[in-house]
Amino acid sequence: MKLTLLVWRQAGPGAPGKMVPYAVDDVSPDMSFLEVLDVINERLIARGEEPIVFDSDCREGICGMCGLVVNGVAHGPEHATTVCQLHMRHFRDGETITVEPWRARAFPPHKDLMVDRSALDRIIAAGGYVSVNVGGAPEANSLPVAREVAEAAMDSAACIGCGACVAACKNASAVLFVGAKIRHLALLPQGEPERARRAAAMVAQMDAEGFGNCSNEGECEAVCPKEIRMLNIAKLRSEYARALWRGGK
Amino acid sequence: MYERITGEDPYRVPMRIYPAIHYTMGGLWVDYDLMSTIPGLFVLGEANFSDHGANRLGASALMQGLADGYFIAPTTLAGYLAGTPLPKVDVEAGEFNEAEQAVTARIERLLAVNGRRTARSFHRELGRLLWDKVGMARNEAGLREALGRVPALREEFWQNVSVPGRATDINQALEYAGRVADYLEFAELLARDALERRESCGGHFREEYQTPENEARRDDERFAHVAAWEYTGDGREPIRHVEPLTFEYVQPSQRSYK
Ligand code: FES
Repeated sequence: MKLTLLVWRQAGPGAPGKMVPYAVDDVSPDMSFLEVLDVINERLIARGEEPIVFDSDCREGICGMCGLVVNGVAHGPEHATTVCQLHMRHFRDGETITVEPWRARAFPPHKDLMVDRSALDRIIAAGGYVSVNVGGAPEANSLPVAREVAEAAMDSAACIGCGACVAACKNASAVLFVGAKIRHLALLPQGEPERARRAAAMVAQMDAEGFGNCSNEGECEAVCPKEIRMLNIAKLRSEYARALWRGGK
Repeated sequence: MYERITGEDPYRVPMRIYPAIHYTMGGLWVDYDLMSTIPGLFVLGEANFSDHGANRLGASALMQGLADGYFIAPTTLAGYLAGTPLPKVDVEAGEFNEAEQAVTARIERLLAVNGRRTARSFHRELGRLLWDKVGMARNEAGLREALGRVPALREEFWQNVSVPGRATDINQALEYAGRVADYLEFAELLARDALERRESCGGHFREEYQTPENEARRDDERFAHVAAWEYTGDGREPIRHVEPLTFEYVQPSQRSYK
C-alpha cells in the first residue's frame, strides 16, 4: 500500500508544532499502525533525522501506553481497538492519514506524539488503591464475592488508563477513567472501608489536574478500546454524592 | 484477538500457528528472602530465577508475581527494613557520582559513534541469530556459532550504530540503542548457558539429548541444578555457580503430551 502520514511534530513543550507529511509506499496491509511509524522512523534515523516520538509498550492492547488520534479519532477507526492493534488493512491504498497526539489541558505535550499523562497516575495515587497492612495474607475464603459482582468489577477494571476518553471528549474530561476506577473498587469488599474517602479524593484530584466537566457527550465510551461504559460515570456521581453525604469518610 | 491481528476469521480459515519462544525462563539470582546479591535490592516475580526453573510460561509467571508479592515480600522486606540501618544518602555520595558518570559516559559513547546502521537493524540481526541458533531446539554447533557471532556483532554495534538526537531531551532512539547494547551482552550469556547445559530440560531442547521418541531427555545425574552466572566485569568471563535441586516429595519425571 502507498500511504501518506500527516504527523504532528513538536520539538518540545514550548516549541511550536506542525503537521509534517511522510510518504511510505511499501506498507503491508498486515502491519500495525505503530509498525508503519517504526518503518518511517528507521528511514528517518538512516537519513540522520530525529525519529517521531510516540509512546507504546506491549503492542497487544493491554498496557495503555499507546495513544494517537488517527484521522481525528482517538485510537483510530476500529471499534474497541487500541492503535497498536490497528492494522493497515483498515485503510485505503493511497490514503492520507492524519496522526496527532492526545490533546487536553491536563496532558501537556512532551514531544511529537507523546504527551504527559501523569495526571492519571496522580488521580490513582489520590485513592485508586486498597490499603493493606504488611504481614501474612488474609484467608481468601473469608471474603466471598458473588460472581455477578466480580464480573461487574472486572468490567470496570478492564480500563487500561490510556486516556483516549479524555482525548475524545470536547471538555477533556476524565470521568470515564475515574469512574471506572471508583466503580471497580466500590463494588468489592476489599474497597469498602475506604470507599467514601476514595471517591472524594479521586474526584478532587481530577478537578485539580484541570480535566473538564462531563456534559454526557458519550464520546469517551465510543472510543474506549476496552469498552468501558458510561454507567461508570453514573457510578462516579453516585459514589461522589454518597461521599459528600458522609463528609468524605 | 486472532482475527484482529491476522484479518482472518478462524471459524472459516484454519488458524496459522507455529511454535515460538515467549520466555527466556531465567532471571536474577535471589536468596530465600528474594534479595539479590545487592543488599536491599529485592527481585520479585518473573524477574527472579526462582520457582519455575526451565519451564515458565505466562500463567505461572503471573502466579509467581502474585505469590512473591502477596506471601513473601511483605514478610521479608519488612524484616530487612526493620533490621537494617538506613542512613540518609544524597546525590553527593561517592557511589552516586560514580554511577552517574558511568551512565553519562555510556550515553555519550552511544551518541558519538555516529555510524551507519540503526539500533533496530542490530536488534533484528541479533534476534534472528538467537532464533536460529539459541532457539527452542538448539545444538552444540549452533550454540558455538552464536557464541562466535554475538561478540562480532557487538563490536560492529559500537563501531557503526547511528543514534540521532541529543541526550538532553526525550530520545527514544537513544533509549532503544541502550537496550540493544544490553541485549548484545546478555545474548552471549544466554548462549553460553545453553551450551553448558548438556541435556534437554523444560522449554530448552538440546537436539543431541532426546529420547528415541524425540522427547526431551534430561540428565539429572549431572544437571539437576540451577546455574547462576556471576558477572565479573566487562569483557571478562562470567563464573558459573551451581545450586543443586533436591526433590523431597515430587520427583521429576518425563513430560508427555501424548
Ligand atoms: S502499546 Fe500497550 S496497549 Fe497499545
